[in-house]
This record gives sequence, structure tokens and C-alpha cells, in this order.
Amino acid sequence: MLAFTIRRLLQAILVMLVVALISFTLFRFVGDPVNQMVGVETTPEQREALRELLGLNDPILVQFGRFITKAAQFDFGTSYQFRQPVAELIGRRLPATLELSFVSAVFALLVGIPMGVYTGLHRDSVLSKLFLSISLIGISLPTFFIGILLIFVFAVTLQWLPSFGRGEVVQLGWWSTGLLTWSGIKALILPAITLGLFQMTLIMRLVRSEMLEVIRTDYIKFARARGLRQRSINFRHALKNTLVPVITITGLQLGSIIAFAIITETVFQWPGMGLLFLQSVQNVDIPIMAAYLMLIAFLFVTINLIVDLLYFRVDPRLRVERAAH
Amino acid sequence: MKRQPLLSVKDLRVEFPTRRGVLTAIDGISFNLREGEVLGVVGESGAGKSITGTAVIGLLEPPGRIAGGEIRLKGERIDNLPPAAMRKLRGKRIGMVFQDPLTSLNPLFTIGDQIIETIMTHLPVSEREARDRAVALLEEVGIPAAGDRLSAYPHQFSGGMRQRVVIALALCAEPELVIADEPTTALDVSVQSQIIRLLQRVCRDHGTAVMLITHDMGVIAETADRVAVMYSGRIAEIGPVRDVIKSPSHPYTIGLMGAIPSLTGDHDRLTQIPGSMPRLDSIPTGCAFNPRCSLTMERCRIERPELMPAGESQAACWKLLETEGAGR
Repeated sequence: MLAFTIRRLLQAILVMLVVALISFTLFRFVGDPVNQMVGVETTPEQREALRELLGLNDPILVQFGRFITKAAQFDFGTSYQFRQPVAELIGRRLPATLELSFVSAVFALLVGIPMGVYTGLHRDSVLSKLFLSISLIGISLPTFFIGILLIFVFAVTLQWLPSFGRGEVVQLGWWSTGLLTWSGIKALILPAITLGLFQMTLIMRLVRSEMLEVIRTDYIKFARARGLRQRSINFRHALKNTLVPVITITGLQLGSIIAFAIITETVFQWPGMGLLFLQSVQNVDIPIMAAYLMLIAFLFVTINLIVDLLYFRVDPRLRVERAAH
Repeated sequence: MKRQPLLSVKDLRVEFPTRRGVLTAIDGISFNLREGEVLGVVGESGAGKSITGTAVIGLLEPPGRIAGGEIRLKGERIDNLPPAAMRKLRGKRIGMVFQDPLTSLNPLFTIGDQIIETIMTHLPVSEREARDRAVALLEEVGIPAAGDRLSAYPHQFSGGMRQRVVIALALCAEPELVIADEPTTALDVSVQSQIIRLLQRVCRDHGTAVMLITHDMGVIAETADRVAVMYSGRIAEIGPVRDVIKSPSHPYTIGLMGAIPSLTGDHDRLTQIPGSMPRLDSIPTGCAFNPRCSLTMERCRIERPELMPAGESQAACWKLLETEGAGR
């Protein structure tokens, strides 16, 4: 188990190094950074001095080493457009995105799993068919359209919920949270549903098909033959056996929720990283783009690591196989 | 009149409605099982042995359903119980052992978890008492270091050991009847007889009756008190094991006995029953065995024989009437 964890950690570090290399080359590809920092009237001598100051004359490897060292300390340089440290800019936006992502992931799990179990157990009931039809909508409609639809119904027509922004936020150290105020929670509902709907339907369908598979197995029949309570059979014995694929998909999806919150954030004018990233793309703000890339990669790698470790919690067979190696 | 039987099955019919009409898997079978008795149920695959077992414990997979007849446990009808009452009865009064021990245990729970949950579902005991009981049971079925093995997962046991665990699980609430559906078929030949002997011993010690479903005549001969031979969803012959094996009356049983290799036997070829069992949708009229029988008469093709006395046993064959007429 420990050896496995260490091996996965080393792999994770390798992935991060590769991503860092890609981020680093972004600067090279987009052209001479000095050109973007200075005006047209700067003399070649001044440019050369700046170049020397920024370390751009050093060998590539030295520059890359410096980039990594700084990145490890969350120093991604200064944003071209805001003239502020990138880490600070992202730090200010990160809580909004993470809160939105986690709330939608929790929504997707809490709604998707029970719906999946239900539709798996009661294949032919009317409610199951309704759930499946709804899930088709969730899978086939694009996110931005669902967002606009929800805004139209709940914000414009019914006027129950706000259509944009985060509402009031409370500052906890550097973390700003909207979960502690009523208006913050209200503002979170529509974007969280928009972002989580696809994942919810995905999880529901996954749990359903896994359940259909599992309830046909011998150990479920044997559990029935032992007269165990129906609830225990469904939610203990059967559900746990569906969890490995559910964990895999949920983990991957959580990564994409964070990475692709961009669309939802744009629709709802949510002040998160996605919006920041879009602005930086429009303004060729390389430091922000590079940092964003690194951050998302880091989140993916971390989530994957957690998912791998969760497998061990769920499935005892893996523990032994690994120990035998 | 003898004492009330533990299990009494009367005119049981099991049907599977399909798109192309209703298939009758079990067609009017009747048998009794006394307390502590071992009844062997033999027959080819598809004869309806397993379906009879699942019908008794109330686990027929839809669309299969009991279409007629009745099943009584100590005189009380159990075939029409509401699901919740039937659920309480399963495991508590009727236990079941399945064919494949490799897939019968939930891979994600320790065997301790599974036994303790089953005990606590049926008996009013604390978790500590349930744990002690689980250890005692595992020791009884021959699991070494039972106390430590409670926290082991199914994959950490061999096939034979897992079947021992399955037997412990089926017996953990002291049921009056255990239905063992081919309990040794999936096992290695070398452990088959161990498991059969274990099942026999444990059930005798607990006074548990066993309905032993198998296609292995050898297993029946070794363990059962009585045997029911099934063919095409009907009982062809039923009676005390010695009687059925020594002097089988039904041509099908005679054929089955001829197909058993014997160590001391003098014939060098095993006899074989020609043809194969009819599919459920094409069971011939009259005796279902008539197309394969060497003694078929006119009546066998028209009228279905009911069970009739044949020595100490009963068999469903028209031939019996003749031999009786010939002065048996």
C-alpha cells in the first residue's frame, strides 16, 4: 500500500513536470515577452537590460529550472493586464470556482446515486422512466443552454433566484465563501445545478447499469436466500459493489467540473477562475494562462491520486494483490 | 397417520410466461420431507430440480411464478405469504446453499460481517453474542483459527473453504430445512466428498432436513435417505435411496443407474439413454419420457402416468400396471 502510494506520487510529480514544461514553452511560443512588457519607444539597450534582468539570456534549462522553483512556491510572475502577481489574482478567484464545483459535484452525487439505485431496482416503474427521460435531457442539452433556460425560468419569470454573481461573501482569511450568507447560497443554486446536471445524469445512468448487473449476481441471490433486509441488500451489499466505477467516473468528472466551469461561469457572470482565464486568453496574458494550466493539472493529478487510494478502501481484493507483488 | 411432515409440496406448478406462450417448468409435483431427513433430488439439467428448490424458498425470478399447488412448512402454507413474511422465513427457517462458493459470498465484506449480519437479522442477540456464535459456527464447519478468520475477505479462502463458510451462513439461524443446490458441482473433485460429508454431519447434528439437489447419483447414494428422480418438470420416481438404486422401477431411473460407472462392474460399456430431454416448449403428450423409452406402449403416448406404488417407492410409469397384473 505504501509502496503503491509512493509510486503513484512519483508518477504524479512526473505529470506535473511535463505540464510545467508545456506551460513554460507557452511563453516562448507566443513571442518575445519583452515586446509585450515595454512600449515601442524603448531602446534596444533598455530591452537588452530588461532581458538580462528577467534572465531571458540564460540557457533554456536554467530558465526552466527557475520557472519550476518559482511555480513550486506559487510564484507565477505578474499578470500583463492587471499588473498584479498572478498567484494573488488566482487566489482571489479560486474559492468561487472551487465552491461552485464542489457544490455541483455534491449535488450530482446526492441526487444521481439514489436515482440510479432506484431506477436500477425498479426498472419498469413510471418514476424510473421519468428519471431516464430527464437524464436524456441532461446528457443531450449543452450546458450554456441549460443555464440560460434556468435563468429564464427561475430568475426572469419566477424571480426566485438571482441570475448572476455570487451574492454576499464572507471573508475567512484569504478564502471568500458564499456559503455562509443567504444571498450567497441563493446565488449558488442555479449555477451549481447547471454545472452538475450533466454529471448527475451520468452518475445516475452509471449507477443504474451497475446495479442491474450486481443484483443478478450470486451473492445478492444468496443474501436474499439468507433473508437479509431489502434495504441492507440494496444499499449495503449491492451499492458498495457498484462504487468502484462510480468513484472513477466521479473523480474524473470532478476534474472536468473545475476545468470546464468556464462556460457556466460565463453564463452566470460567476467571478471565478474560468472568467479570469477567458479574459487572459483575450488579452494574451501568458502568466495567468500558464498558472491556470498548472493549477488544473495539479487538481486532476490530486483527484486521480485520491481516486486510486479510494479503490483500496472499497475493494479489499486490490489490497492483497498489491501486497503480494 | 404418521407425524406431520416438515415440508409438504403438493401439486406444485411453476410457469414462465414468455412471449411465445406459457412454459410449464414444474408440472404438478408432490413430495414430503420429514424432519431431519435428507431428500436427494436428481435429474438432468433442465429437469426442474433447481426451480423446485427456488420455489420452496420463494426466490423464483420473475416472470417465473407458482401457478398452482401448495407448499407447506409444518402445516403452514408458505407459497402465498406476503414478501415481508417470506423474507423473515428465509434464512431463519429455510436456508439455502448455492452451487458456486466463489460467487456466493459478497467480495467486499468480510465473512465475519456477512455471518454476523445474517445472525442479527434473524435472532435477538447482541453483536458480541452474534460474533461468538459466528466463531463457533465456523469452527463447526472446519475453518481453522476461526476467530482470526472472521476479518478475512472471501478471496482469501479457497473454494472448499468458501463453501464451508456458505454452509455456516446457511445454518447460522438454525433453519429447519436447508436446500442445497448442487453444493459440490463447482468444487474440485478432491474436496467434493469432504463438503458433502460436512453438510451431512452438520445437518444431522442440528436436526436440519436437507433437500439435496444434484445430478450426481453417487452423492445421493452416499448421503440421502430418500431420492426423487425428476424428468421434464415431473417426478419420475421417488422412494428410499436403497430401493431406488437397487431396484429402480422407472425406465428413466434404470437408464440413469446404467450410466453410473462402477469400480467393480463387469460391463465394459456404460449404457446410454438415447436422445435428450425435451425442451419445455415441446414436451410430448402422455409420458414425457416416451420418445426415449425402450418400453413405450400405446398408452404412454396418450395418457400421462401419475405416481403409483412400486415396491417401497413410487414411480410414474404405465409399465408398473402391467407387471402388477403379471403377479408381482
